[in-house]
Amino acid sequence: MTALSARALRKSYGDLEVVSGVDLAVAPGECFGLLGPNGAGKTTTLKLCLGLIEPDSGEIELLGEPVPRKAREARARVGVVPQFDNLDPDFTVEENLVVYARYFGIAKEEIRERISALLEFAGLAGRGDSKITTLSGGMKRRLTLARALVNDPQLVFMDEPTTGLDPQARHLIWERLRRLTQEGKTLVLTTHFMEEAERLCHRLAIMDRGRIIAEGSPRALIAEHIEPQVLEVHGPGYETWMQRAKGLAPRVERVGDTVYCYGEDIEPVLKSISGELSYLHRPASLEDVFLKLTGRDLRD
Amino acid sequence: MLVWRKLFAAAVLSNLADPLIMLFGLGYGLGALLPSVEGMSYLAFFAAGQLCTATMFTASFESMFSGFSRMHGQKTWDAILYAPLTIDDIVAGEIVWAASKAWLTGSTILGVVVVFGLASSPWVLLALPAAFLVGLAFSAVGLIMCVLARGWDFFSYYMTLMMTPMMMISGVFFPAEQLPAPLLAVAKALPLYHGVQIVRPLVAGGPPPDLWLHAAVLLAYAAAGYTLAIYFARRRFSS
Repeated sequence: MTALSARALRKSYGDLEVVSGVDLAVAPGECFGLLGPNGAGKTTTLKLCLGLIEPDSGEIELLGEPVPRKAREARARVGVVPQFDNLDPDFTVEENLVVYARYFGIAKEEIRERISALLEFAGLAGRGDSKITTLSGGMKRRLTLARALVNDPQLVFMDEPTTGLDPQARHLIWERLRRLTQEGKTLVLTTHFMEEAERLCHRLAIMDRGRIIAEGSPRALIAEHIEPQVLEVHGPGYETWMQRAKGLAPRVERVGDTVYCYGEDIEPVLKSISGELSYLHRPASLEDVFLKLTGRDLRD
Repeated sequence: MLVWRKLFAAAVLSNLADPLIMLFGLGYGLGALLPSVEGMSYLAFFAAGQLCTATMFTASFESMFSGFSRMHGQKTWDAILYAPLTIDDIVAGEIVWAASKAWLTGSTILGVVVVFGLASSPWVLLALPAAFLVGLAFSAVGLIMCVLARGWDFFSYYMTLMMTPMMMISGVFFPAEQLPAPLLAVAKALPLYHGVQIVRPLVAGGPPPDLWLHAAVLLAYAAAGYTLAIYFARRRFSS
């Protein structure tokens, strides 16, 4: 059984096909990441999976319910953290949670019992009476996450959960998301932070122009698409140096004023660096895969 | 959904001050100059019209401005849609809420009418459901405007081109029958006239003639508004 599956999903707006034949399968308890540049169709795919918009064709099953036909039933067991916070500014922290629980038909008494646990989870213990306008960006984000958990969902959708947050706030969110997967919840998140995807996701799919162009665990994707070592070189004379490097590394490419060398063994290239050239030697990352596949690197 | 809406009840106060000042300002001032109108004091005559107008304004403001703020500004509708609710539920909730708030305005004015001895027959109690009906009709139409709006300016067209002229020709300030026939026909096609036609005889102390016809027009506006608002809301939220 899958927690979420989509087959041959298509959706157009006017002449523009935003989602063109997407297949997804997310296993229960998995943290699944949907990566892609802006406009790749990530948010539209999430909305389709939630039954908020109807696909032109294709099939979706969310927690065993066919969507959009039984989207209501499915959504009762799903939580959503949207891209932009939409907490109710007229209410306090606690009222936001209580009111939201009411939309799920959860009795006031029942939610009141769980409020302190939710606030603790959000790192907002003791802030129940605070006005939304007095919260920082990170606090709002955490409250939105807590709000997505009022119905104790089996699956949580997150659309760019840490965009716009400072590193401290981001790390706290990551820690909480890991806690959720440990509790056995399924997470589906979109992001364009490769670091986030690499740390959190068991499996991910890279999406571009409405299609999924690669899928697998972060490690497998890196192994499959990129050589393990990367050397970034820039500085005066990089163009002449690049000609030399081409003979030393299996793959060399230039993006703007930086030369990227990829290879199994990068030592010979490293030794050839001289003069005023600056360099960074690092292991291959998901970002390299992403840039290679989505073709955003400007190859000369 | 309604549970949350009820918390806003305090805001109703501001909706009451205006119509009451209008009522007593105009009512007493003009009332002193005018003889009785249609067998009632001008104050009572105008109070019946003002009850409907104030209800109309509250319903329209709530469904347009507050609704648009929740839909567009605060994105509250988006948040609600993640729950097992649909856009249809939200539209219905907004309309019923705005109508309830409008009803509160109408019934408070009614209270003032009774306290000041402008109406003494028990018939006047029927103005309570009538006010809700007026609220429902204008909330539903207001919500169409809300889900069609691209910005706040949009509402001023509706207010200036529809509501203000409607208030002038619907028999609020003077009997609509004094109007030239074409204008009267326009008034009869609009909801406010029918609200006034129900409420005024009730204030005077008797059953309104053609009660069911007037009620049917108001209901038709509510039903059509509800249907169209849902249609446009679905369209807005599916793209």
